[in-house]
Amino acid sequence: MVRDEAGRLTAALVRLLGDFALAEDLVQDAVVAALRSWPERGVPEDPAGWLLATARRRAIDHWRRQRRYEEKLAQLVREAPPPERADEVDDRLRLIFTCCHPALGREAQLALTLRAVIGLTTPQIAHAFLATETAIAQRIVRAKRKIVAAGIAYRVPAAEQLDERLGEVLAVIYLMFNEGYLATAGPSPDRRDLADDAEWLARLVVRLLPAQPEAEGLLALLRLHRARWAARFGPDGRLVLLRDQDRSLWDREAIAAASELLLGAMRRGRPGPYQLQAAIAACHAEARSWEATDWRQVLLLYDALLRLTPTAVVRLNRAIALGHGVGPDEALAEVERLEPELRHYHLFHATRAELLRRLGRPVEARAADGRALALTRNPAERRLLEERLAASG
Amino acid sequence: MKYVLMLVRSDEAWEALTDEERDYPAIMRWFGELAGRGVLQGGAELQAARTATTVSWDEGRSILTDGPFLETKETVGGFAMIEVPDLDAAIEVAQSWPAQSHRVEIRPMVHH
Repeated sequence: MVRDEAGRLTAALVRLLGDFALAEDLVQDAVVAALRSWPERGVPEDPAGWLLATARRRAIDHWRRQRRYEEKLAQLVREAPPPERADEVDDRLRLIFTCCHPALGREAQLALTLRAVIGLTTPQIAHAFLATETAIAQRIVRAKRKIVAAGIAYRVPAAEQLDERLGEVLAVIYLMFNEGYLATAGPSPDRRDLADDAEWLARLVVRLLPAQPEAEGLLALLRLHRARWAARFGPDGRLVLLRDQDRSLWDREAIAAASELLLGAMRRGRPGPYQLQAAIAACHAEARSWEATDWRQVLLLYDALLRLTPTAVVRLNRAIALGHGVGPDEALAEVERLEPELRHYHLFHATRAELLRRLGRPVEARAADGRALALTRNPAERRLLEERLAASG
Repeated sequence: MKYVLMLVRSDEAWEALTDEERDYPAIMRWFGELAGRGVLQGGAELQAARTATTVSWDEGRSILTDGPFLETKETVGGFAMIEVPDLDAAIEVAQSWPAQSHRVEIRPMVHH
């Protein structure tokens, strides 16, 4: 509720006031007030109006201090009614593209998007990233100052830049989702809220900016991952790998709907990395069992993905498919070629361990699992690796 | 908005290039085109950093040092002052800089 209204309000206020940093601060104050008041007194009948009224009161306080009270107050009173729908679409897109401007670092983009677009408070963001509130507050302040000082325009990018700039937005959403889907560290293995927020934002982008196949591809990808949510953790909080998941817990309806969305995106004839990743996820989601997975298809999709994004992590994932589609020998050779780039990545060692085990080399497998364990802080992943080590010892 | 584009290079690497590789005609065309559009406010190529003389103060007394204020491999080898509507436009200008062995740092100017 707060999420939807806060981003809309920030977007409208930035346009109204022409001051990104101020608008964002005012809405943040209003959101904090809402989180304090709504649980006690109940959600007001008109949440948007409540937030706007609160933000307006804060604005008045601010300008009173600023001694520009009369002039600006007149402006606010005159223009305060909620914006019209057509404006609103542009406002919200402007806000999203400004928060995800490539002149801001990825972490700054993410923190700012969570604050200004999603409406999270600084403590909530700090909690999500296991960072201190001071660190997050500083990151946000620095980003807002840069927007103003460096002259980052508050607008939707021109058509010839749209693909590239949309790519930034999608990267921020995917990072947000992954933080929520399998947090890198910390006491709770997954933080569902961020994944929820990411899916909400992906849906918003698809709605505001129609006919963008990569945005649709990302939304399909997130939904395919989430359709398997119930099967990802055992009753005791243990991480269950794709191969071992109880597929009857998967949300078949959600999988079918996401696949439909993906097909629609692919029919637009502009393939991209998110569509390909979603297609790979769909191959897994539609397979009746691990053994019944169409590995040849998965491998073909990875080949296409590798052409678009030739990274070591994609090669590692392709090697896993190679291990099932072709054989563990070929896969191990490919994995070992990636050592210089990935030796600090826990999944490199875990994948290698898995292949070594299949090849009947348990001593080396054990050593590789040990290295993987030393490289991850995620409690659920640690537990899985510890159990493997215990079983092989 | 006014910006200074700092044209950052390794003096050593730049001096090792042939005239053809440096392609001054392309650089001149770049400056000329910006001037023609009314975007350029000034700019210059600088001599190598080893020709620098640095003035600093110690308790009110000025001291001269032979060399740049910081010894680094990459230094500012030139600059261009531009006036454009916003950062996106400044980025576009920076991306059109022809000497791709450089890096271009875009710094917004403080206006007083």
